[in-house]
Formats: sequence, C-alpha cells, structure tokens
Amino acid sequence: MRIGVITFPGTLDDRDAARAVTHGGAEAVALWHADADLKGVDAVILPGGFSYGDYLRCGAISRFAPVMNLVIEAAEKGMPVLGICNGFQVLCESHLLPGALTRNSDLHFLCRDQEIEIISNTTAWTTSFNVGDKITIPLKNGEGSFQCDNKTLAQLEGEGRVIARYVGENPNGSRNLIAGISNARGNVVGLMPHPEHAIDRLTGPSAQGLGFFTSILNAMVK
Amino acid sequence: MSLDTVSIAKNTPDNKQPFAELGLKPDEYARIKEILGRRPTSSELAMYSVMWSEHCSYKSSKVHLKQFGEKAPHSDALLVGIGENAGVVDVGQGYAVTFKIESHNHPSFVEPYQGAATGVGGIVRDILTMGARPIAVMDPLRFGPADAPDTRRVLPGIVAGVGGYGNCLGLPNIGGEIVFDETYAGNPLVNALCIGVMKHSDIKLAKAAGAGNLVVLFGAKTGGDGIGGVSVLASETFGAGGSTKRPSVQVGDPFVEKILIECSLEIFAEDLVVGIQDLGGAGLSCATSELASGGSGGMKVALDRVPLRDPSLSPEEILMSESQERMCAIVEPEKLSRFLEICKKWDVTVTAIGEVTDGDRLEITWNGEVIVDVPPRTVAHEGPVYNRPFTQPAYIDLVNSQKVNVMIPNTSEEVRAAVLKLAGAPNLADKSWVTSQYDKYVQGNTIQSQPDDSGMVRIDEKTHLGVAISTDANANWSYLNPYEGAKLALAEAARNIATAGARPLAVTNCLNFGSPEDPGVMWQFAESVRGLADGCLEMGLPVTGGNVSFYNQTGSVAILPTPVIGVLGVIQDVRTRTPMSFSSAGLDLYLLGDTFADLAGSEWAFLHGERIGQTPTADLAREMRLIELLLAGHSAKIFSAAHDLSQGGLSAGLTEMVLRYSIGATVSLNEVGIGLLSESPGRVVVAIEPNKLEILTQLTSKYSTTLTKLGTTGGDSLVINDCVISLDDLRIAHTSTFPRLFG
Repeated sequence: MRIGVITFPGTLDDRDAARAVTHGGAEAVALWHADADLKGVDAVILPGGFSYGDYLRCGAISRFAPVMNLVIEAAEKGMPVLGICNGFQVLCESHLLPGALTRNSDLHFLCRDQEIEIISNTTAWTTSFNVGDKITIPLKNGEGSFQCDNKTLAQLEGEGRVIARYVGENPNGSRNLIAGISNARGNVVGLMPHPEHAIDRLTGPSAQGLGFFTSILNAMVK
Repeated sequence: MSLDTVSIAKNTPDNKQPFAELGLKPDEYARIKEILGRRPTSSELAMYSVMWSEHCSYKSSKVHLKQFGEKAPHSDALLVGIGENAGVVDVGQGYAVTFKIESHNHPSFVEPYQGAATGVGGIVRDILTMGARPIAVMDPLRFGPADAPDTRRVLPGIVAGVGGYGNCLGLPNIGGEIVFDETYAGNPLVNALCIGVMKHSDIKLAKAAGAGNLVVLFGAKTGGDGIGGVSVLASETFGAGGSTKRPSVQVGDPFVEKILIECSLEIFAEDLVVGIQDLGGAGLSCATSELASGGSGGMKVALDRVPLRDPSLSPEEILMSESQERMCAIVEPEKLSRFLEICKKWDVTVTAIGEVTDGDRLEITWNGEVIVDVPPRTVAHEGPVYNRPFTQPAYIDLVNSQKVNVMIPNTSEEVRAAVLKLAGAPNLADKSWVTSQYDKYVQGNTIQSQPDDSGMVRIDEKTHLGVAISTDANANWSYLNPYEGAKLALAEAARNIATAGARPLAVTNCLNFGSPEDPGVMWQFAESVRGLADGCLEMGLPVTGGNVSFYNQTGSVAILPTPVIGVLGVIQDVRTRTPMSFSSAGLDLYLLGDTFADLAGSEWAFLHGERIGQTPTADLAREMRLIELLLAGHSAKIFSAAHDLSQGGLSAGLTEMVLRYSIGATVSLNEVGIGLLSESPGRVVVAIEPNKLEILTQLTSKYSTTLTKLGTTGGDSLVINDCVISLDDLRIAHTSTFPRLFG
C-alpha cells in the first residue's frame, strides 16, 4: 500500500505525514507539486503548512499546481484523499470539499492539544475509530474556522459528512464545531487538527491520531 | 546623485562627505582615508559606516569579549567556535549541532511584528549558513510593565511576529522567557535563538577561497528596505525628538525563507558550495567583505548584476540594503549549472555577481566603473576598537548596603495570598496566551517545550539522541551584581537542562545593555562578561558565539543589565528524559540544595517595589555537583520528576508542578515564608517513588548536596502546612493574568 504525500512550496508537515504513514503500516511516497505524476499511489495526503506562503488565500494557489489536476481526477474516481489543515484548505479551494476555512474567531494563530469527537467512521480515513470516540490531537492554525452556507451545513449534517467535531469550547468559531468533513462518497476527507502529530506519546499529546493512518489500510483491504 | 568612482575620489580629495550622518566619528573617517590613501567613494563610505557600526563591529565590546577565548575551557565537543556565523558542537553519533542567539531589539520597538519576524529570519539564516537544517527556535522576550498601554501595542505584535515567521518556516518554538520591567518600556528585548543539526562533514564556513570561483547571490531580490536599518538603528539611543534616524524596519517574507532553506539544503547535500554567508545586517557590504576576508581576500563583484526589486536604487543603497531572505555562496564554475538547476526547481532567483580573485582587494564595479576598492579585512574584521571607560556606578554601593524589607507571610491566610499572588504575577503567570501562538509540533521531534524547564528535540529517530536547551537571565540579580548575575544565569540555564537528564555542553549568549558611552553601563557589561567567562571556565562549558546589543536605553535610563545565557546539552535517549512534573499520587517530594534568606532580586521583592540587597554568590562547584547528581539520578532512573527552582522560588516551582498534570501535593516547611519565597540558587525539587530514597540518599551524599523532605504528591490541592489551596483556585490565578492583560 503506497500513500503519496504532496510537497508544495511552503508545505511544512510533509515529513511528519510521511512518518505517520509509515507508522500506520503503509509506504510513504513523496510527490512534488510541479510533477504531473502520482507515481501510482493508492491514496494521497495533502499535509499542513503554508503552501505558497498562503498569500492571496489559503490554498488558493496550490489548487492550480500540476499535481492537483491528477489528484482531483483521481479523487473523483474514488481514490482516498486526506487534507490536513492547509491540505483541507486546498481541498476546499479545489471544490473537492464544500465550504471554506477562515481566520480563527480570535484572530490569533492557535496551537494547542484539542479534544475532538469522531462523528463518522464510514469514510476511508476513519474506519479505525468508533463513532463517539474522543481523541486528543494537536490543533495549530491561523485560519481554521470552518464556514459554509446554511444549505451546505444542513447537507453535511444530514448526509453524515461531518466526520469530527471539537469538544468543549469552540476553538476557532467553526460552524457546528466542525473539525473535519468528507465528500459524499467518503473517500475525500478534510481535517483541521493534525493527526500526524499524535502518533506516539513521546512527541505528541497522544497516539490517537494514528487511527487515521490505519483506517486507510482497512479501506484498501476492502 | 552622480556616480562616485574610485578615480573620481582620487581626483577630488577634499569633497565633503556625510560621514557623521552615517554614524562615523571624525577619527574613524580619518582612519578610512588612511587605509585607502584617499577619501573613500560614497559606496566605500556606505560599507565602512555600516560595518564599523557598533552592531556589526562590536567595537565597544571586543576588548571584553576576548575573555571568552582567553578563558575558554578545554572542550572536545567544540567543532567551530566564536567568529563564524554560529558555533558548532559535536553531540556524538556523527552529528553536529549549531546554535546561536541574537537580538532584534530596536526594530521590534519601532515595528513589533516585522522587527520580531525578521529577528527570527536572521538567526535562522545564520544557522542554515553553517550547513545545518534548522530544527527549533526559542525566543526570550522582555517588555515594559505588563499593564502599560505601550506593552499592549508591543507584546502582541512581537508575539505575532515571532509566530507568524517561525510557524511559516516550519520550526517548532520550544521555549524562551517573558519578563516585564519598567526599564524595558521603550526598549523591549527580542532575542531569537535557533538550533540546527548536520553531520560533521557538512559544516560550511564563510570563506571565499579559490581564484576563479564564482560569487553567487540567491534568494529574494534586493529592495530599499532596512537601508542602514540594523546598523544605524542599533547604534542610536532612542530619545525625545530622535526620530530622524529611524529608517524603515526590514520586512520579512517567511515563505521565501522557507523556500531558501529547502533550496540551500539541497545545494549543500550535493556539495555545491565552497563557502557561504547569509545577508543580514549590513547586507551585501557584510557578506562580500566577510567572505573575501575569510578567504585570501580577493574578490570582484559587478554590483549592477544584483537583481533589484526597486530599480531606482543607487549602488550605495544596494550595498547597504538589508532586504531579507538572501544568501551569498562561493561556487566552483563547473558546479554552477547544477546550482542554477536546484534554484530553478525551487523558483529561487539566482545570479552570479562576481568571482574570487588572486589579489587581496575587494573590488566592486557599477556598469564597469570601479566604485569600491578596499582591503576586505579592514571592512569586516579590522574596524575600530574602543577601550571605553568603565566605572562602578554609584547605585551599586547604595543598593548593596540595604536589606530587603518586605512582608514575609506566616499565617495560613498570608501564605495562601502570597502563593496566589506569585502564581498570577506577570513574570511567573502561565504563558500559554503567548506560546499557543507558536507551533511547537512541526517536524514531529519536540520532546519538551514551554512550560518545561528546557526545550528538547530529538535529532535521530532510530537512536533517540536528542538535545536540550535553555535560556536564562535574572536581570534583577545582574543589576545588583552583574558579575554574580551572569554566573548565576549560566548556572540556572545549565541546571534547567540537567533536570531533564541532559548533559550541558556549550554556551551562547545575548548581552543586552544600555549605552556603552555611559561608564556605569560599560562597567555592568564588563562585569557581566567577566562573570560569564569565569563561570564558563569553571563549569567547563565553552562559549560558542553570541551577540551584543547596546544602546538599549531611553534618555538616561538604561535597561537592567540583561545577559541572556543559553546552554545546550545532549541526552542520549530522549525517551528517558525526566519530566518537570509528576503525573501520579503517592510520590515523595524532596528539595535538593540549600535555602537561605535570599530575597534580594527576588520576584517577591520585585512585587513589593524593592530592588536592593546583595545578589547571592554563585557557588559553581556546588552547582556542578548538583548537575552531576541530577544526571546520575537520571541514569539510575530514580526521578519521576525534577523541576528547577528560580524566579518565584519554591512557591512558583510547586505551583507549576501541581498544575502541570493536575496532581496536588502536600508539603510541610519549617520556615514557611522564606521557604516559599527565597530564590537561593542551586535548588531542584524532585519527585521519587518512596523505594528510591536509598539511592537518592547515596547520591546526595556522594555529591555533597543537601536533601530535604518536602512532602508527598496527590489530591486536588496544594497544601502547605495548614494552608490549603485548591488546584482550581491556583489555576485561575495562574492562567488568568495574560488573557486579562492582552485579551
């Protein structure tokens, strides 16, 4: 099982994502933004960072990277895609996921250990969890407030596409405490907090983030 | 303005030149004329003026700083010492670690966000320049009174700048300090530290060797920002009506720096450079003269080839520009094409602007006309040296002869009030409001960060090798006795990494002081350097580099002498580190070290407006025994937790420990007031399982360290004798200060 990790200029968590993929039991394959080549991977991760400096708008430039044309095409055919933080923003800009991530409600960058609740375990990236599982993983971003119109929100909630919610006080003003969502098919997931930073207790607040990277193995075995 | 060339300068010896406006003294200007045998061209004048500024030349501090070399202890670990962009130490397993701390104080007062941001950017490039991958940053910060209106402008801007730049580079921020004092109002201190890691064989130096090799400029284009910024700004005291010399602060672009880091590391990995230098303060003037000076001396540069963001810049401005995110490399001609390819991959602008020559002159041309022709060492390394007068200021005898006279809590109610007051004091309160704006997780190797005693990062995932680092300064102590203050800060920084189980290895420093033209300030500086050099010699820790920041004063009021000392250490297996607090009940708490009535310079005295008395005398032999004890205990795996006691004494130490994992403690103290508030140096609180006492006793006896039982862990309160403080109350006191002050 080979999982591609895309590096855009300004991507920061690519090595962390690759490490998490390896810990999860798959092979990590480095993908470069300028290459129109997915190297035959089975799934793709868009890691966190500040691609292209996040100038203009987070993710707005990355969506036009050559590799993204292939990611969009593959995602539409069902390839599992996980966007974390900046990757989530890129997926929204690419219209693989609805909505947008805007500045945190208190206007500060926020890095903290955040409890989230798993709401859906039927996506390609969440099958290792039970619905209702509460896990603590790092949240770190300046623009993590999930926003969408009422119709989209009703649709996401109605179709069970909210995959994780913040527990407790809303850390950034996201609608309905949304921490992550999926597309209708469940292969594309965007998540604001960082599971790749919670794969062992030594360097993270927990090892509970690993579930996202083992889930994808289950999805492939099926 | 018409072009001033060397030939014009020769023919017009009497032209009036604005040397004074550029910050040069008449005798300095005369010396330039003597070196060149003619008047300098305007471009040469620009170069000399920025390179001979206090900030770049260390002209007032050099005579003192040489003690770090003269008193250097023998060290097998030191691979690159003072003089290069940053020192490098051997941490074993073939790894070398480079680390350095620098100030960006003045720009951060003028423009807090960009000043702080470019401070981070500059120190990161220094580390990168050594050939290392930057792996973490730390930021010791100092501000005016926490409730002063200007602090509300300066602090949020500086914190956002540190975070905005560092987060975007993908560097975890693993610690630092935040201290408030009225002398920093108008003179905030922004010190930025960076650590990098490489293999021994990858170390790069700033030297231009090999005639025919190319001088290659890469990174951002050159603009008009920060012209004379660092050099003039950092050398002028802020005063009423003194706004004329506050040119624009440099503006940072962290995205470009991130690209530059990755691009440079790829270039280093393919061994494509002979020498390299970043462009920081004094820009191209500094990079070209230092590279040439580091080699055999000869270099030719065609300045008109420098890619410009603002095409209207004059050659003088291009030489002085402090545009950020630029590097200058020396490249063998046959390796240029591969160098260019890598730059193209990363979309980095790159231009060969000159070459290394056989001679010993740095020659710079503008459209073919020679505008600079100088011996580069005279620009970079042989600037003026001042032996400035220094005398012990009058206040010393006055404050030393007085005794701290403050209320010492005794009753249960008084103890409760004192503990809560210290828990919420701005200097001791929870700093999450600040540190939550910094990414501490990126790179996935952070083992410890704020509020731990030290920052710790793993450098090898397979062997678990790691490094720990702590920065410390106690300016109150340094004010009362700068010699002892510097030694005590050194001891504290070393202790802070030893509590985790890391062995101290090497030292960096950022010496923040007022005006060197004030003999009293100069005395504080001289005494601090003497103390640090003596301390490093005694503790066997080499100084690998550092930075001096003078002129931190408003009018006649200087900041407290603030030597920030950073100590780096190594830990063989980060998984075994001793945490700073306990996560279970039923452990026994012990105090290592002796407690005396040391209230001079303490936080408790500060809160009562007293900065008098005598600084404790640093007993470094005792400190070293304590460090060995901590390391031996770590090896014997007897410590469940270990936490350094410093500002705020046992009161602050216990507060931090019980709140960390929400496990309470019950302690009993004979002299409760002094026991809680004294800041006697060389003390550590440890938690052990009761059955480890025998080993601990053996160790304290072996290392002649006083062992005192404090109490036990457990419960949901901090109980001190008959005073019970619920963790909830303590947490509210500790965590509400920053949100209340800064929203």
